[in-house]
Formats: sequence, C-alpha cells, structure tokens
Amino acid sequence: MLIGVSILTFFIIRAAGDPTITYLQNPNKATPGMIEAIREKYHLDEPIYIQYVYWLKGTVQGDLGYSKTAAMPVTDAIAKKFPATMELAILSTTIAVTAGIYLGTISAVRVNTATDQGTRVTALVGVSIPVFWLGLILIMVFYNRLGWAPTPNDQYSYGFSPSTLRFHTNFLFIDTLFSGDLTFWWDVVKHMILPSVTLAFAQTAIIIRMMRSSMLEVLGAEYVRTARSKGLPENVVIKRHARRNALIPTTTVIGLGFGGLLGGAVLTETVFSWPGLGQWSASAAVNLDTAGIMGFTLLTAIIYVLANLVVDIIYAYLDPRVRLG
Amino acid sequence: MTSKAGEKAAAIAGAKKPAKRPGVADEDLIGRKDLVSRIKLTLRPRIRELRFSLHLMAKSATSIAGVILIVFLVILAMLPFLLAEPAPGADPYVIPKDFLFPTPQPPQGIGGKFPLGTGENAASTYYGIIWGARISMAFAIQVVAIGVLMGTIIGLVSGYKGGVIDEIIMRVTDIFLSIPSLILVMAIAAVLGRGLGATKLALLAVWWSGYTRLIRGQVLSVRENTYIDAARASGSGELKIMFRHILPNSWAPIVVAATMDMGTVVLVLAGLSYLGLGAPNGYAEWGVMIQEGQQFFVAGYWWMTVFPGLAILTFVLAFNLMGDGLRDVLDPKMRR
Repeated sequence: MLIGVSILTFFIIRAAGDPTITYLQNPNKATPGMIEAIREKYHLDEPIYIQYVYWLKGTVQGDLGYSKTAAMPVTDAIAKKFPATMELAILSTTIAVTAGIYLGTISAVRVNTATDQGTRVTALVGVSIPVFWLGLILIMVFYNRLGWAPTPNDQYSYGFSPSTLRFHTNFLFIDTLFSGDLTFWWDVVKHMILPSVTLAFAQTAIIIRMMRSSMLEVLGAEYVRTARSKGLPENVVIKRHARRNALIPTTTVIGLGFGGLLGGAVLTETVFSWPGLGQWSASAAVNLDTAGIMGFTLLTAIIYVLANLVVDIIYAYLDPRVRLG
Repeated sequence: MTSKAGEKAAAIAGAKKPAKRPGVADEDLIGRKDLVSRIKLTLRPRIRELRFSLHLMAKSATSIAGVILIVFLVILAMLPFLLAEPAPGADPYVIPKDFLFPTPQPPQGIGGKFPLGTGENAASTYYGIIWGARISMAFAIQVVAIGVLMGTIIGLVSGYKGGVIDEIIMRVTDIFLSIPSLILVMAIAAVLGRGLGATKLALLAVWWSGYTRLIRGQVLSVRENTYIDAARASGSGELKIMFRHILPNSWAPIVVAATMDMGTVVLVLAGLSYLGLGAPNGYAEWGVMIQEGQQFFVAGYWWMTVFPGLAILTFVLAFNLMGDGLRDVLDPKMRR
C-alpha cells in the first residue's frame, strides 16, 4: 500500500508540470546549459516511470532527496520538525481525552437533560468551527486583549536561543527542563498552550460524540443491570462497569485522531507559525517541492498504518475477548 | 420508558394509517398494466416512508434548527442581490472597493452603509458575507453531488461485481483514503493555479473515495438478501438489480454523509483560501476574507476576521445539525 501511495503522489505531482524551475536558484538568469545540467542531475530527462524508480531506489537507501522549502535534505527536515509537531499532538490529545471522556460520560449518564443537550450542541460546534479561525480568535483574546499569551510566533520568545541548549531528545519541552533554565522552559510551555487548545477542540468534540453513544449502548447492557441489581453504588457501576467498556470503541477514535495530528496540523501550525510538519508540508505543496511532498506523504502513510496497528494492540489489551478470540 | 414506547407506537400507527385515502387501495393496483397505476404502486410506499421520516425528524429540536438554518442559507444563496446590490457591470463575486477610503471602518449597525464594517478600501464585510453564502453553497453542492455520483457508481459496481474488479477498486480507494487529502488537494490546487474551479477539481479528485467505501459496504450486506435472489430469479438484468433493488436499500448512510460533507467541503474551501489557494484575493469568500482581515486585528479591527468566521460556523453547523438528525431518523436500529 505504501508503494501505491508513493506512485499516486509522484504521478500527480509530476503530471502537474516540469519541476526543473523549482530547482533553479534564480530562474530569470538561467542559461539553457544550466537547465540541461539540472535536468540531467535530477534525471528529469528520463521518462516518468524511470524517474519514479530513481526515487524509489533513493528511498530504500534512506535518501529521500532535497527539500527546497526546508533548505535541507528531506530526512533532516522530518527529524527536525517532527518533535515540534509531536509536542503539540501529545498535549492536545491529553486535553482532548480528559475533557472528551469526562463530558461524554456525563452526557450519556444524564441523557436528554439540559447538560446532555448542551454537551451535544458544544460537540457539534466543535466539529463545525473553522480551526484557523478559532486559533485567530484565541490569539485575539489572549494575546491582543488580555496579554496573557506570548507572541504566537515559533516555539519560544525572541531572546531565547535553543543553540545554548544541549539536545537530548529534540523535544524543546524536555530539553529546556533538563537544561535547568526554568524561565526558558516556562516560555516554551506558554507557547504550547494556545495551539494545543485549538487543536484539542475538534478532537474533544469527536471523542465526546463517540463516548456518549458507546456509553448509552453499554448502559443498556445486561451486565450493567446485573451490577445495579447487586446493589452497587451508581458511581461504581458507571466508573468500573460501564465506562471501562465504553472506552473500547472510543480508543479507535483517539488513536486515529492522534495519528492524524502526528502528520501535522497544517492550518493550526500556520496560524501559530509553529515550526512543525504541517507548516512545512503546506509550503512544500504550494511551492511544488516534489521531494518534500513525497517524503511527507510517505511519512503520513506510515503513521496511518502504525496508528491502526497500535489501536489494534491497545484493543487486545483493553478487551480480553479480542485477545482470546 | 413506557410513555416513550407508547409515543412511538402511536407515531407508527399515525403515519401508517391506511384508512380513508381517496382513490384506489394499494392491493387493487397490483397486476394493473396501465402506466398510472404502475407509477402509483411504485411511489406510494416511498411517499409513506418519507412522511414517516419527516414525522420523526420533526420531533428532534436540533434537526429542526438545522433545517431552518439551511432554508435560510439557501434563500440567501439564491437571492443575494436583494440584500447586497452589486455594482452594475462588475463581477458580483468580487467585493466592490472604493480606493478613496483605504482605512477599515468599524461596524455601523443595521441601516448604516456598512452594517458589519469594512476592510481595506471600503470593501464591505456585509457584502462579502452575503455573496459568500452563494459561493459556498454552489461550491459545496457541486463537489458533494459529483462526488456522491462518482462514489456511488464505483462503489455499486465494486460491491456487486466482487472478485478482481472489487479487489482493484478497493486497493485504489484505500490509497486515496490513506494519503493526507488536504496536502494532496493543496498540491493539485497549487498546480492548477489559484481559483474556485481549480480547487473544485482538486477536491473532486479525492472526495469520491469515502463514498465508494461507504456504498460498497452497504451493497455487500444488501446483496445477500433473498429479495435480490428473487429479482434475479424473475429475470431482472444486472443494471436493474443494481439500481432498482440494491441502490434504494443502500443509500441511507450516503445521505447522512453527504449532508455533513456539505459543511466539511466549505470548511476545506475556507481553509485552502486562508492558505492562499482556493478563491483569489478580493473575492467574497469567507476564508479569503479571514486571511485578508487577520493582519488588521492586531490593530483592533476585529470585525474583518470575526464575522466571516461566524458565517462559516453557521453554515457548517446547519448541515451538521441536520445530518445528525437524519442519522437518527434513517438508522433502522433507532427507527422502530
């Protein structure tokens, strides 16, 4: 399937037009000789399927080509930008899972009350809101009006420099903490909050809806009735009997959502000038940076496959019926 | 619980009441050869089913809210020139400008010349919101309609034929579903150039795959029913079986998905326009308006960003509300 994905992407981009021009430093001054040299160097004078074979050969050897928009090899760009995206994905998923499971449970337990209706409408708003607009509004309120949030530009404020850090993990959140520079760490944390909340909003909405419907199904099950008739307190029935079972289908949504976030949140990262995969892939797509788009697409396809696999494993862990059956 | 069950029973009885309908009863129509009788026999059960569905929908407050909003938006999309008159001879989809007034002006309220304020060069936010409804509605209808048509035909063939054809179609669909569609759309749109037409083509190139997967799954389960065997035994052709017997029994999830996708398409369009693909600058498209407004809100000109965003939210929410209601109505488990 990965090969299929790469073939499709490659052909669409190449069918689009001659990429020679994107490799030129200064297209206006290019001489025919320079163009010829570039075409030869990147094998652009060969038929398209031969070009694909060259790309495939490089990829298998760990060479994904040179990304013009990132001004570095694609593998380096991914290694550099992935941690920034990962940090956002982890924080926003944590927020979304906490809020989503809590609200979804409440909504199902108090079905058809005002709380339930309110939560349902909030969840619908969550999936209907344009994410870049939400980001802008949050910036407007918390940065422009209240002045609580830092400038929504990059992962840290002007004046701090990551070059003073010793990099252990490439995760700025962890590296600043290890370096002992707590003002820098706090600055990094403050920069993460608004983009994470923006991303978490839609995720929360999806988790609420899934949690509510599976909770409703579980609450009607025989074993919940049994638990109640044993005289267990309602609290225990909901937390230990119902919620644990309702979590099983919700896991799929959470896992796939997290996988989606790892691929980079194009719009949110653009709004907050976050130096992650999403922003890079957006500029790669707009500038027809073939190597960049190919590398990014391959990465997301791999993440998609892995996310599905991890969800299956978690399923087996949560649900003995899957493990034993 | 009992009162609810009672209500349901009453609803079913009410909707299915066969008595006192003028004209011929269903039973008497069977066997008649004239065209009118045959049409009546075909349509009547469907109309009854539709009336029952509408009856169920009317009971849910959220879907009513969705329907009202959608009706409002459709009227807005059909008659924008009544509310915001375009300059004579100019492209109505481009917000008219007056270069004598470069600075954005704040909202003047109802009755003012610029009820929701202006952007640079007196570009009315109100005008953009009104005509943006028409752009968004037309765009979403075209993408969803063509996408559904493509997806339905491909999925129907795939599910009904099975075997090698099914295998090939599903592998291709899987590929389309697993690549990041926004990035692919962006790349295609970047190639085709900026503009609504190019964005439409780019979206259509990836949009059919979801429907294909959906309808194929439905077809696989519907295909196993005895009435399909009966149709085949009575000599119906393949096309007739596919379109007369399988399709009408598989369309429910497609309707729900298509309704919600009306909103999603507008979200994607706005996102692409915001990134500088999609609609060109100066257009009455909500994403472009937000993109043009964002450089000004630091200076306190909030209206240029806030109002178009609210318009997108309203549009998408309307279709999500209705889709949510439709799902409850069309889901056989929730239905009876």
